[in-house]
Amino acid sequence: MLGKLTWAAIPFDQPIPLITGAAVLVIILAVIAWVVIAGHLPYLWREWITSVDHKRIGVMYTLLALVMLLRGFSDAIMMRAQQAIAFHSQGYLPPEHYNQIFSAHGTIMIFFVAMPFVIGLMNLVVPLQLGVRDVAFPTLNSVGFWLTATGALLVNVSLVVGEFARTGWLPYPPLSELSYSPGVGVDYYLWSLEISGVGTLVAGINLVTTVLKLRTKGMTYLRMPMFCWTTLASNLLIIAAFPILTATLAMLILDRYFGFHFFTNEAGGNVMMFMNLIWAWGHPEVYILVLPAFGIFSEVVPTFSGKPLFGYRSMVLATMAICIISFTVWLHHFFTMGAGPEVNAIFGIASMIIAVPTGVKIYNWLFTMYGGRVRFATPMMWSIGFMITFIIGGLTGVLVAVPPADFLLHNSLFLVAHFHNVIIGGVLFGAFAGYTYWFPKAFGFRLHEGWGKAAFWLWLTGFYVSFMPLYAVGFLGMTRRMQHYDVPEWRPWLMIAGIGALMILAAIICQVMQLVTSIRDRESLRDATGDPWDGRSLEWATASPPPVFNFAIPPDVTGEDAYWRMKADAREQVLAPAEPQYRDIEMPRNSPTGFVCAFFATVMGFALIWHIWWMVALGGIGAFATFVVFAWRDHDEYVIPAAEVARIDGINREARRASLNLAGSRS
Amino acid sequence: MTDAMLHGHGDPYLLGGRPHEGPASKRITTGYGFWIFLLSDIVMFSCFFAAYAVLSGQTAGGPKGAELFDLRSVAAETAFLLLSSFTCGLAMIAADVRNAFWYQIGMAVTCLLGLGFLALEFREFAELVGRGAGPTRSAFLSSFFTLVGCHGAHVSAGILWLLTMMAQVFAKGFRADIMRRLLCFALFWHALDIIWVAIFSVVYLLGSGT
Repeated sequence: MLGKLTWAAIPFDQPIPLITGAAVLVIILAVIAWVVIAGHLPYLWREWITSVDHKRIGVMYTLLALVMLLRGFSDAIMMRAQQAIAFHSQGYLPPEHYNQIFSAHGTIMIFFVAMPFVIGLMNLVVPLQLGVRDVAFPTLNSVGFWLTATGALLVNVSLVVGEFARTGWLPYPPLSELSYSPGVGVDYYLWSLEISGVGTLVAGINLVTTVLKLRTKGMTYLRMPMFCWTTLASNLLIIAAFPILTATLAMLILDRYFGFHFFTNEAGGNVMMFMNLIWAWGHPEVYILVLPAFGIFSEVVPTFSGKPLFGYRSMVLATMAICIISFTVWLHHFFTMGAGPEVNAIFGIASMIIAVPTGVKIYNWLFTMYGGRVRFATPMMWSIGFMITFIIGGLTGVLVAVPPADFLLHNSLFLVAHFHNVIIGGVLFGAFAGYTYWFPKAFGFRLHEGWGKAAFWLWLTGFYVSFMPLYAVGFLGMTRRMQHYDVPEWRPWLMIAGIGALMILAAIICQVMQLVTSIRDRESLRDATGDPWDGRSLEWATASPPPVFNFAIPPDVTGEDAYWRMKADAREQVLAPAEPQYRDIEMPRNSPTGFVCAFFATVMGFALIWHIWWMVALGGIGAFATFVVFAWRDHDEYVIPAAEVARIDGINREARRASLNLAGSRS
Repeated sequence: MTDAMLHGHGDPYLLGGRPHEGPASKRITTGYGFWIFLLSDIVMFSCFFAAYAVLSGQTAGGPKGAELFDLRSVAAETAFLLLSSFTCGLAMIAADVRNAFWYQIGMAVTCLLGLGFLALEFREFAELVGRGAGPTRSAFLSSFFTLVGCHGAHVSAGILWLLTMMAQVFAKGFRADIMRRLLCFALFWHALDIIWVAIFSVVYLLGSGT
């Protein structure tokens, strides 16, 4: 009846996951109880859960990322504590638990922190920057978000029901095959990623179509803000790379569930095919994450330097070059696995070439700052911290791109230090910069600067204290994923790295405090104009938070830095611009399709993991029925009357006019 | 050039040399997005093709393709599928002129041809399994069943979609949103043909040779 699921799946003998799981469950139930009792449920359902508004969905993606960051970080600090302790001893984490922790840490940080963070920011900002009312497919957008949430949910369910994979964040066969990993851990991994992968693909299709087909009048390609370009490149990569992940994991599923022989040791299976396929997705994935971060810096640096982006066209070219070259470097992830010197040399050179456009970008940001009047607000701090940190990470990357060097450093902690260097220093700092920069756009008030700066300095120094020792200990020969060790030379470095993890913990506490105090003091941090940073692109041309329709009148773009030009024009004109002619606006109706569909996907995923076949059928039929019900509805849009549009827009126009006049009189 | 410069307010770098008029219509956006989905689907198929190419020689002492494939049956499958694309096209023409009767006839024939294709494929798979040449026999057969079966799964999903669209036009008529879905369905159905042509050539024709 329940397949492989029995009471033995609950880890009653392991206090750490059991107590954590119980605590999390209690917190979730308490939150749900509070929401229901306080009567917030109808509001949440109407305005958020069923919302097809790209801004709301973007916020929910970002929230998911922040929550999962806490989960992923608790895994990290447990690992650092284990390695600080486990010298000549077993530490406090048994091997099978330790292996699950490093697997879950990598999986969560990449798929459920970095991905939803950048997709959330793209969702929130790109339609605003393009001057349009929504993404191309609003309901699909909601489906994509909720499927991502399903994947995150399944990974967390594995904490208390069954186990998670012990095979690392990429489940290399033959270890991940049924004969060596007979438990449900790998199945949790596989189905979480298959389901959330569909969500990511949907988001990718949606954003590419939005950028290529939905731009306001006059917004030609070469007038788009850089963030739109990097969004385009990143989502093109999603479309080209994520199907590879889906197919590769599907092959592993067939091996595990039906005894196929794609990657087995027997009957002609080919393990190296898994490495090739997974990294043909995995390397573009790196750029899927970091390109949006590059886009964020390209918005933040000009804004806080008061200058247009230096070398806009070279930036576009560099972005698209990275987009293409990223598909030609995957083999550098397994130089040591015997492809031969010619092949290794080609991929080594390609890996060095891809550093060139990235270098172009760094210089562009530096020259943007040069001669500008730089304001050191928190987003700018993250950007400068990024530039320094990312250069170090990039250089160590070029180092391991040299095959002979890679033979020494492969799978050592040097590698671990390198990719944390680029992912924390690049993606995460970028996401934090974007989070601080666009938070006032999403909610209408700024984040507290003091807590933000404290978080920045603690993150920056915490990062260096955590990961520079790992470079050193990698040179000393320590391999990754060690549960215990007995080399005395490694110990001091791992102790320092543990202290660094505590500093990052302090940084995250500061970020939580920043959010809490900012919400508490939101009236004093409020921004009525919608343009708190003196921004340059169109997202700042509307109110904060923007009305559901984004723009009362679709903006007409006449050049780069569209809003900067509008402001300059408005300052020049002595008379205020005439009252626009408002029209009725049609907006897509909210729909529970995404949420209900993800509910059935969760049921189906859980049933597949535990081999509960009737429940699989139930989930599949339910998901199909949900789409049919959606397809049958008669009214998919509602109309906001012109008078209402005029009322909403009038409030913001007044505040904006006041601020422009003020700025005019000051200068 | 001068015209473009006038429209671009002095910015000569307009891609395509003409000003951008604003967001595209819903029909164009929907079709465009669906094309992108199809591209991603083809990328997925290309992985299964790659796996097949890598593993096609790995028979583990079991049967090779030449001993297994019945080209006459595959030719019949191909005929069914290509014909179904033609009738699908006819159904779309009927939908364009809002002729519900011929639309339903065209879709029904498409459905029957698709089912015929699936029946032949199912028979082929059952025979192979019956002869001990199932997907667990060798890596070659694993990749063969996965590649061809993935296409079959797409055809099955397509038939489910087709029936839904027949019901939807019957219940709601040729509404604008339904016409957009029909556009997507037709693209999907034709794309399955393209993939089948590749399977026919790479798997069956190349595999049947010595």
